[in-house]
Amino acid sequence: MPKRTNQEWLAELKSPEHNQAGLSAHNQALVDLRALLVRGLGYAVANRYHVPEADLEDFAQEALLKILDGLDTFRGESLFTTWANKIAINVAFSELRRLRWKDVSLQDLVAPYEDSGDFTPEVLTDSSPSPEQRMNQRMMIEKVQEIINEELTDRQRTAMIAVMMEGMPIREVARRMGSNRNALYKLLHDARSHLKARMQLEGISPQKVLAAFE
Amino acid sequence: MMKLEPAMLKKMVHAVITTRPDELTCDECFGEIDRFVEMELAGKNAAEAMPLVEDHLQRCHDCHEEFEALLAVLKALHAEE
Ligand SMILES: [Zn+2]
Repeated sequence: MPKRTNQEWLAELKSPEHNQAGLSAHNQALVDLRALLVRGLGYAVANRYHVPEADLEDFAQEALLKILDGLDTFRGESLFTTWANKIAINVAFSELRRLRWKDVSLQDLVAPYEDSGDFTPEVLTDSSPSPEQRMNQRMMIEKVQEIINEELTDRQRTAMIAVMMEGMPIREVARRMGSNRNALYKLLHDARSHLKARMQLEGISPQKVLAAFE
Repeated sequence: MMKLEPAMLKKMVHAVITTRPDELTCDECFGEIDRFVEMELAGKNAAEAMPLVEDHLQRCHDCHEEFEALLAVLKALHAEE
């Protein structure tokens, strides 16, 4: 594949001039970029996801369309090929995450956290050195739980459990909540901000909470 | 009622206390990540030059995963040349 500057990539990928040379340069750029994306995706998924070659080509094709569609948004702050690869990775990983999580419902994820009844984590009885520290830990846990329950909406709690505790991708949580990735990040940020403010208000030093579990 | 294990609680408290008003969203992070990765590859201190991107990568598993993948891709493609 010939080395191209950012300007050359853009010129060749944009609507071609209607002459033979323009058309063939355009087509060659498409072929080269698609091949580059397929190679890149091979490296991107290695050790992370098991993906058949045919799927990589589908992802590359989907990414290519997105790239062509968004050429005007390329700000030229990186190599064009770096920018193109990041889009391909985002396209591929979004789909791979969707597949990996497709059978998991938010309800299932959250249910274990909603159990009622006595709360006596085993860790407390196992590893705590003294009754005093055990007591301290229990108080901290109860206090933080109280704050969480009072400060957060159901939506915020659910999102927090799914993303923070269970590692569900933000976009997957968003999809199930009828939202999008950006809005859900903001919702989580709001939730954290509320908790932080309330902890400060109550004079709970976070250092103290963390220290209780050293 | 939400029940928490101590390990989870610790993780959550850490995320809460490090919350800052100027955090990037995933889309904003995505907009900067190609430049961030290239700096990293050039041996510059990207985390210091772009602290908000670094902050987002520390808290967002998805963006971090894509960052690492992009870094690996560029390194591998570079090695091919
Ligand atoms: Zn993110």
